Amino acid sequence: MELSLATRTVGEHTVLEVGGEVDVYTAPRLRERLLELIDGGARQVVVDLGRVDFLDSTGLGVLVGALKRLRTAGGSFALVCDKEPLLKIFRITALDQVFPLHPTVDAAVGADSTGSGA
Amino acid sequence: MATVRLSFSPAPVHVRTARLVGVAVARRAGVREDLLDEVRLAIGEACTRAVALHRQYHVPDPVLVEMDDAGSYTVRVIDRAPIEASIGLAALDADQLANESLNEDDLTTGVGFALLAGFVEDLQVRPVVEGVGTEVRMVWPVGR
Repeated sequence: MELSLATRTVGEHTVLEVGGEVDVYTAPRLRERLLELIDGGARQVVVDLGRVDFLDSTGLGVLVGALKRLRTAGGSFALVCDKEPLLKIFRITALDQVFPLHPTVDAAVGADSTGSGA
Repeated sequence: MATVRLSFSPAPVHVRTARLVGVAVARRAGVREDLLDEVRLAIGEACTRAVALHRQYHVPDPVLVEMDDAGSYTVRVIDRAPIEASIGLAALDADQLANESLNEDDLTTGVGFALLAGFVEDLQVRPVVEGVGTEVRMVWPVGR
């Protein structure tokens, strides 16, 4: 399945809903969209991976890039993911220690609002 | 002789095709259903790595993927990049991967190898027997 990207706003958070396959071919589009959002002023970003059915190292690299960029800008970045195969990827790469991971968008927004986001 | 051989020009768009073919052959070979996600990811990572090396070293030759189901399911992903490019692939450990000072390309390479090593129990990375290049060899059991 091709990559799909949709943006919505929840309170002060910008939520990027990602669907389909994030790989070496499609990850540049994800990077571009995240940069557009950040350059456009978004500072509290939540990426919802709920409809992602494939994520590789290139996609993970893009997500880490966005996290670092937002931290530098004084913003926050969190991921929404509740699928075990994807969670296993985060565990194996130790990136579960880098990203705030939440099971739902509400949980991500709530955690960030209480100051425990990245 | 390999059951299925696939060669593709080193472009990111073809990596998905290699994943799809690799999983289709795995299923046909009798690899357990619950391993297929890992097969898909591992073949994708090995091909992504090969494509990146070919592009980095301006090697126009195709990347070769060989799938063999004799006894177990063996996938070999063969690149034609200079050997020295492949050395040090396993250098990043979990702590380094989590280190935020790492640049995106190095992180992606390290993460890719962490995924290969994490998902493939029987993994070998070695120079090709003839000519220039590296072979990533991955083996999964078949449940027949």
